[in-house]
Amino acid sequence: MKKNKRRTALYIPGHNPAMVQQGGVYGADTVLLDLEDSVALSEKDAARILVRNMIRTVDFYNTEVTVRINHIDTPFGITDLEYIVPVKPEAIRLPKIETKHDVIRVIELIEKIEKKHGIPHGNIKIHPMIETAIGVQNVFEIAGAHPCIDAITIGGQDLTADMGIVKTKDNAGLDYARKAIVMAAKANRIDALDSVFADVNDDEGLRIETEYAKKIGFTGKAVINPRQIDIIHDVFNPTDEEIRVAIKIVKAFNENAARGIGVFALDGKMIDAPVVTRAQHVLNLADIDINDL
Amino acid sequence: MKNVLGRDIPEYIEGIGKLEPFQGAWTKLKKGWMDEPAVAIATKAKLPHENKLCESLEEAIIKANPVNGMTISFHHHLREGDDVIVKCISILSNLGINSITLASSSLTTAHDGLVPYIQDGTITRIYSSGIREKLGKAISKGILDIPVIIQSHGGRARAIRTGKIKIDLAIISASAADCEGNATGAVGKSAFGSIGYSMVDVEHAMQSIIVTDNLVDYPCIPISIAQNFVDYVVKVDSIGDPSKIASGTTRITKSPMDLRIAQLAANVIEHSGYFQNNFSFQVGAGGATLAVAKFIRDKMKKKNITGSFMLGGITSYCVDMLNENLFKALFDVQSFDAAVSSSLLNNKNHIEVPSTLYANPFNCGCLTNKLDIVVLGVLEIDVDFNVNVITSSEGYITGASGGHSDTASGAKLAVAVCPSFRGRIPIIKKRVNTIVTPGESIDVLVTERGICVNPNNKDLELRLRKAGLNIRDIHDLEIEVDGITGIPEKIQFTDKIVGIVEYRDGTIIDVIRQVKE
Amino acid sequence: MVIKQQAQAGTFESSDMLVLVEPVSEGTGRVIELHSPVMVQFGKSIKEEINNALDEYEIKDVRLICNDKGALSATISARVETAIRRALQIQDGVLPS
Repeated sequence: MKKNKRRTALYIPGHNPAMVQQGGVYGADTVLLDLEDSVALSEKDAARILVRNMIRTVDFYNTEVTVRINHIDTPFGITDLEYIVPVKPEAIRLPKIETKHDVIRVIELIEKIEKKHGIPHGNIKIHPMIETAIGVQNVFEIAGAHPCIDAITIGGQDLTADMGIVKTKDNAGLDYARKAIVMAAKANRIDALDSVFADVNDDEGLRIETEYAKKIGFTGKAVINPRQIDIIHDVFNPTDEEIRVAIKIVKAFNENAARGIGVFALDGKMIDAPVVTRAQHVLNLADIDINDL
Repeated sequence: MKNVLGRDIPEYIEGIGKLEPFQGAWTKLKKGWMDEPAVAIATKAKLPHENKLCESLEEAIIKANPVNGMTISFHHHLREGDDVIVKCISILSNLGINSITLASSSLTTAHDGLVPYIQDGTITRIYSSGIREKLGKAISKGILDIPVIIQSHGGRARAIRTGKIKIDLAIISASAADCEGNATGAVGKSAFGSIGYSMVDVEHAMQSIIVTDNLVDYPCIPISIAQNFVDYVVKVDSIGDPSKIASGTTRITKSPMDLRIAQLAANVIEHSGYFQNNFSFQVGAGGATLAVAKFIRDKMKKKNITGSFMLGGITSYCVDMLNENLFKALFDVQSFDAAVSSSLLNNKNHIEVPSTLYANPFNCGCLTNKLDIVVLGVLEIDVDFNVNVITSSEGYITGASGGHSDTASGAKLAVAVCPSFRGRIPIIKKRVNTIVTPGESIDVLVTERGICVNPNNKDLELRLRKAGLNIRDIHDLEIEVDGITGIPEKIQFTDKIVGIVEYRDGTIIDVIRQVKE
Repeated sequence: MVIKQQAQAGTFESSDMLVLVEPVSEGTGRVIELHSPVMVQFGKSIKEEINNALDEYEIKDVRLICNDKGALSATISARVETAIRRALQIQDGVLPS
C-alpha cells in the first residue's frame, strides 16, 4: 500500500543508478526521479532509459514514485514522456508551468501515449511546479486545470532567479509566492509541496524552515539528502496530544453517526464535519486506522 | 564429523592435532571448571642493575636465542602502519631460523610482506584474528601446508593461557618505554592507545622484547606493560607510520545508506527493552556500526538516559560520549584513532584493559559477559543468522574474527548491521561461506530493506513490531535480495583446508577451504 | 543493424557500468570485453544481459568494452542500450547536434 501522504519528496538524479536502485529504502513518502536539472544535457537519453528500466524492475515499497521530466518545449520533454508514461509512475512532476494551457498540453500528450500503449487514463497524477512569476500569477487556474493534478509545488531556486532576486535563508522574496501556491492548493483540495532546503548540514535551519512551511499550509517538502527526511517527518507528524484528541473526536463521531447524529458536543466544544475531517487527517498522518483501535 | 551447525570438520589435522567440534556457544563453558590446564609463568631472575637495553633489534633477537620451530607473538595495535612484524621475521630469516609459528593478535595490509617468508619456509604456521589482502589471498590459495588458525580476541587470550599457543618470544612494539621495559602505547609520536592485546602475551611468554621508537627516562608512565615481564628493550628509528597507526579516520560516515541502516539500528535498540539507564554498549569502528553511536548519543540525550560503560575498540566518538557523561567508563582493549590516546592518558575513567579481561571465556567473567548491547558489522549473514566476517564473497580470507563472537555471545542484544547487498553481491545468504559467529548469538539483523529478528527471540520481535518497525522474515528478505541482484554462481573450493576457525572456547566452528582457481 | 561509429554510455561510479561501443568489420561477430569485480559470481549473467540488449537491436558485429562496477541487470541493459543507440545515431530526445 502506498502512503497516503506526501511529507517528503526525495530528489534522486535520474542518471545515478546507485541512488535510484535504493530510492525506496530511505523512508521518504515520495521518491522524485529527476530527468531535469540534475541531469547533464548530454546525458538526457541515458537517464531516461535508466529511469525507465529501474521503474520496471525496482521495488520502491510504499514510496510513491514520481518522475520529473524536462519541460516539453525543450528537445527532451516529449521523449521523456514517451519513455516514462508506459512504465506508469504514480506521478509526473512538470517543471516551469506558467499557464493552465501548459498543463493541459502535457496531459493530452500523456493520454495519447497511454492510448498507444493501451494503458487506462487518469492514473498518473500530475504535479505542476511553479517556478516563474507568471506561474505564480496563474497558480489558481493551474491548480484546478485538471482532475489529475493532486499536488502543486514551488521551485524556489528558479523562482527567485526569475524574479531577479537572491534566495535568502528566510525566503523573504518567496513569501507571497509560497502563500499564493498554498492557497491555490487548498482551494482545490490538493497537496502543496515546498521547495528544498539546500544546506544539508544545517539541521536546525531545516527544522525552522519546515515548521514555517507547515504553519502556512504546506503539506510536504522536497529533500535533496536522505538525512533530511526524519526532521521533516518529525515536523509534519502530529504530536501525541494531537493524536489523542483526534482519536477521541473520530470515535465520538462514529458513535454519533451510527445513531444518525452529525453535529454534537465533546468536552464542551461543538464537533462538526470540518473538525472531523481535520481529526481524520491527523490520524492519517500518524498511520492510525480508527478501526484498529 | 559434523559440528552442531552442520559444518564438516575433520577429526584430525596433521600439524595441528585432534579437533573438537563446536557444540553451541555455551555448551562447553557451562562446566565452569575447565579441563584445560593453565600455563605456568616463566620463572627467571635478574640481578640488580643489569642492562636490558640492546643496540639493535637484531641483537635483541639473537640474545633471545631463537631456534627453529619457535613461536613468536606480536600485537596488531599499529594496524596498517606496523613496521615491526615483517622486519623481525626478516631478521629471523637472515639468521637462518625456519618453521616459525607466527602468533599475532591480528594481521593487516601492512603484513603482505610476509608472503615470501611463508614461501621459503621461515613461517610454517599462523595464528591470527584476521588476515587481509595479498596474505589472505596467498593463504587461501594454499601456500601454507598447515592451515592458519583464526581466533577471536577472547579465544586468543584463552589459547595463550592454556598453552595451546606456547609463546617462546613475544615482541612488543611500544610508543614509549624505559630501559627496564616498562612500556605503553599511550604516549609518543607513534602513540596507538591501548596495548591490551599484548598484556596476556608478556605474562605467558618465555621471553619478551620491547621495541620502541621513544625511549624515555625511567620510569615510563603509564606502565601498561610492566618491567617484570620484559627481558630486553631496544630502541629503533620507527615502529611504523603514525598516519596509518592512528589515522583519525573514524569520523561518522556520510554515506546515506550507512546512515540509514545506522538510524534503523538505533531505532531497534531504542525499542528493544535494553535501552535504559546504566546500559553497557559496544560499537565497531566501521561505517554503519560507528554511525549507530551517533544516533544512540542523540537518543540518550533526548530521553535523559546515561549508560554504564562502553567497551572494545574505542574511537574518539566513544571518548566524546564519556566526556559528555553519557557513560561512566570506557574499557579500552584497542584504540582506533589519535584522539583516544590522550583520553586514555588523562581520564581516569578511560581504562586500558587486557584482552583476557575483555573477552577470555576461561576465567571468572570477562567484560563481554557484562555487555548489554553490541552492534556488529558482517561480511555475510545467512538465514540461520550465522555470521561470516572472515572470508570474502569469492571465498578468500580477507577479514577478522576480532571480538565478533566474544561480544555477540556475551551481549543481551547483539545487533548485526549491513546493507542487504554490496555492489551486486547479496549479503544475506542461504548459507554463509564461513561461520565465525553462530546464529544463536545474533538477536537481530538490520538492513536498509527490513529488520529480521532471530526466531529464538520472540519477545524482542513483539516489542519491535509494537514500535512499528519494519520487521521481516529473513527467508523472505533473502529471496527478495536474490531477486534484486540475481543469484550469484557458487564459489568452487578444493578439499584442501587452508584455515580453521576456532570458536572462543577452542572448539572448531568452521574450516576454510582452498579456492579453486 | 550495423554499428558505424564509436560511442559510450555510463560512468565509473559504483553500481554503474561504463560501456564503450566500437564498430568492427562485418563477420567479426560480437567481441565483448568485460571487466567486473563480480566476475566470478555474475560474469555469465552480465554477458547474457549484454547479449540480450544487443539482440534487441539486431547487432551482429560489434566490439564492446564494459567496465562494470557491480551494476544491477536493469542498469546494465540501460547502459548498453544507450551506448548502442548513440553508436547507431538513433538516440531520441537529445540536443540537436
